[in-house]
Amino acid sequence: MTWVIKVDDVLCQGHGVCESEAPDVFTLAPKARTVTILDAQPADSRRAAVDAAVKYCPTHALAVDETRIEETD
Amino acid sequence: MKTLAGADPESGHLDELKRDPIGLMQRVRDECGDVGMFLLGDREVVLVSGPEANEWFFRATEEELDQAEAYPFMTPIFGEGVVFDAPPERRREMLHNQALRDKFMRGHATTIVAEVDGMIEGWPDEGGEIDLLDWFAELTIYTSSACLIGKRFRDSLDGRFARLYHDLEQGTDPIAYVDPYADIESFRKRDAARIGLVELVQAIMHDRAAGDPPERDERDMLDLLMSIDNPDGTKRFSVDEITGMFISMMFAGHHTTSGTAAWTLIELLRHPDEMAAVIAEVDALMVSGEEVSYQALRETPRLEAALKETLRLHPPLIILLRVAKERFEVQGEVIEPGQMVAASVTVSHHLAEAFADEARFDPSRYLDDRQEDLENPWSWIPFGAGRHRCVGAAFALMQLKAIFLTLLRDWEFEATQPLESYRNDHSKMVVQLAQPCDVRYRRRSS
Repeated sequence: MTWVIKVDDVLCQGHGVCESEAPDVFTLAPKARTVTILDAQPADSRRAAVDAAVKYCPTHALAVDETRIEETD
Repeated sequence: MKTLAGADPESGHLDELKRDPIGLMQRVRDECGDVGMFLLGDREVVLVSGPEANEWFFRATEEELDQAEAYPFMTPIFGEGVVFDAPPERRREMLHNQALRDKFMRGHATTIVAEVDGMIEGWPDEGGEIDLLDWFAELTIYTSSACLIGKRFRDSLDGRFARLYHDLEQGTDPIAYVDPYADIESFRKRDAARIGLVELVQAIMHDRAAGDPPERDERDMLDLLMSIDNPDGTKRFSVDEITGMFISMMFAGHHTTSGTAAWTLIELLRHPDEMAAVIAEVDALMVSGEEVSYQALRETPRLEAALKETLRLHPPLIILLRVAKERFEVQGEVIEPGQMVAASVTVSHHLAEAFADEARFDPSRYLDDRQEDLENPWSWIPFGAGRHRCVGAAFALMQLKAIFLTLLRDWEFEATQPLESYRNDHSKMVVQLAQPCDVRYRRRSS
C-alpha cells in the first residue's frame, strides 16, 4: 500500500491549515492563492500530520488517495 | 420557464420580497420547480434550487455569473471604487485577505476572548439584561476591526462606530434594485452614517499624524495605508477611500457573525438539553483553568454542531445573487445574459430529501456518522459552496466558538420574552434580529 496526497485547486483557498500541521509537506507562498505540495508521497511517519491537515482543511480541498501498487517485474 | 404568479405590473414581486422573502422563494420552488422566475421591478430573477441546480450555480466562474452587478445596494455603502467596481480577477486577490490565514488564527482567538471579556467586564452578578442585536453587533465590530485592521485601530473605536455601522447595514432596502439613491429614510440614514464613519476615521488619522509614530510591531493597516504616497508626494489614499476599504473588509463578517451568535443563544435557550450538552463540553475544556486554547476551539463537537444547526435554520444570508454574463441551459430551462440568477440558502436548508425532519433544530445531524452538512455539499450552504465558499468561514466558526466558550464558562442566560417571539426582520437585504430581543444573564454558581 502506498498513499498520495490530492488537492482540489478549485476548492483550495490558501488558508494554510495544512502548512501549520505539516510544513514539510505543504507550503503556501506569501501571495499564493492555493497550496503547493512539497512532497505528494511522504514517508508513513508523516501520515498522522497529513491526516490532521486533511481533517482540519477548512474547505475540504485535501484528500489522501490510497492506491495499491501492483508488483511488477 | 415558469414565472411566479402575483407580480405587480410596476414593482414585480418587490413588496412580497420585503414582506416575506422566504415565503416568496419557497413559492418559486413549489410553483415553478428547480428553475423558476420572479420579478424585481422590471428585472427578471431566475431562482435556482435543489442540489443539481445549486451545483451549477456554485461551480460557475465569476466571468459566467457576475457578483458585482448583483448587489447594487452595496455601492453607496462601500463607496465608489471599492470592491465591486474592480474586475473579477482583481477582486479575487482583494478578497484573499492575508489576515484570514491559519497562522494568524491563534492570535485572533486570543484577541476575540479578550474582546468578550472586555464587553462583560462590569456585568452585575445578577439581574442584568442585554439586547442581543445591539450587544453582539458591538462585540463583532471590535473583534473584526481588531483582527482584520489591527489592535491599534480597534482601540480608538467606541460604541459610536458600531451604531453608525448598524445604520449602514439597515440601508439595504431592496428598493435599491429600482433606485439605490431613492429618497427614503433608511437610505438617508445610510448616507449620514457613512459620512459619520469617515469623520471618525478622519479624527483617528489626525491623532496619528500629530502623535508619535508607533512601535514597528504595533503598526496596523491604517498606519500602512497612511504611509503610502503618490510619486508627487501626495497621499495615495483619501480618508473616504480608506473608510470604504474598512467598511467593506468588515462587512461580510459583521452582521453574519453577530446574527449567528444571537440565534445560537436563542436556540440553546429553546432547547435546554442542547444547552446542557454544550455547557458540559465547555466545562470539560475549562476544567484545567487554562486559557482558551486553539486546539480546544477545534475540538468542541457539540458546540460546533449547535452552531451549524443554527446556521442551517437561521442563515445570515438567505439569498445569493449573480448576473448571467452568458446564455445557459439549466435542467432544460434557458437563462439569458443580463438576467439575475439567485440561489436560496433558506430553501436549500429545508429540503426534506437532504435533512431528516428538516424543520427541527437537531444538532445531532452533524455528529458521528450522520454528517448531513458534508453529505449535502450543494444543499448545506450557509457559507455558499465550491469556488465561492466564504473565505472567512473558518474564522467565523472559530470566532463563534471563542465567544460561546467565554460567555458560557461564567454566565447563564434566560429569555425575558416568550421564546417563540424572537424573530428576524426581513425588510432589508441584510437580515437582522427584530427588536425587542433581550435576554437576562446571571453569574453561574460555582
